[in-house]
Amino acid sequence: MIVQAIAFYAFAAVTLAAAVMVIAARNPVHSVLFLILAFFNSAGLMVLLGAEFLAMILVIVYVGAVAVLFLFVVMMLDINFAELRQGFLQYLPIGGVIGLVLLAELLLLLGSDAIGSIAPAVASSAPTPPINEVTNTAALGELLYTRYVYLFQAAGIVLLIAMVGAIVLTLRQRVGVRKQSVGKQLRRRREAAVELKKVVPRGGV
Amino acid sequence: MAIGIGHFLSVGAILFTLGVFGIFLNRKNVIIIMMSIELMLLAVNLNLVAFSSFHGDLVGQVFAMFVLTVAAAEAAIGLAILVIYFRNRGTIAVEDVNLMKG
Repeated sequence: MIVQAIAFYAFAAVTLAAAVMVIAARNPVHSVLFLILAFFNSAGLMVLLGAEFLAMILVIVYVGAVAVLFLFVVMMLDINFAELRQGFLQYLPIGGVIGLVLLAELLLLLGSDAIGSIAPAVASSAPTPPINEVTNTAALGELLYTRYVYLFQAAGIVLLIAMVGAIVLTLRQRVGVRKQSVGKQLRRRREAAVELKKVVPRGGV
Repeated sequence: MAIGIGHFLSVGAILFTLGVFGIFLNRKNVIIIMMSIELMLLAVNLNLVAFSSFHGDLVGQVFAMFVLTVAAAEAAIGLAILVIYFRNRGTIAVEDVNLMKG
């Protein structure tokens, strides 16, 4: 029990500290790296909650794909980041006020004893099976591939559309670049390429 | 000392607030704004998983997976838009984005 508490506080503290650094770091590359740290530690929190599969998916998808994508974009775009930070202190008061109000509201809601006491009105339609009989991954798979199979397919379509959209958006036809066109090469016939001239002796062409 | 659902929800609340705060703080830098949105989605996922775990209901984890899918798609499309915007204008200042209409 004490180990769980220590692990929770460690993961939570590092997650929140990394989140602060994400929005406060001077260099966006550092921001991305702190974002990765925050993702890793929230994966640890999810492991504490017993959602191992989601924790691993978080590491794979967020750290492996999204954060690396951010890193690529930050490094590839040649941006003067110091110029972009100029209004930093100007927006601090209004942002601080709004953030504090939001945080106070959320914590008041949590502290009002409403969360702990409210049990779900209806019994769960998909109760978590005991962990020593069915693992978390198997239980999720049984739910995802049976009852939520259409939603699963829809999620796949969302990803497909995102992929096609990203490719179409960033694809460009560059002018002035010499590229090999295989079809054009194969369509070329001898008649168009070679011309025989009758050359008169001592006359020139 | 036992860690209850309130602890996890508090972490989620603070994380979400940090995300909102980051959007206000970095008004000019779209990349940091998108990272803040990712932080907010992470907080939402944490809440979903916490409720799912403490109520013994797996549907929350299924929903968290769909949130994750949409977040990945959003990041890909957003960064693609950012790249072509930078290609066209040479800057990513958010104040100029309203010139993009038409």
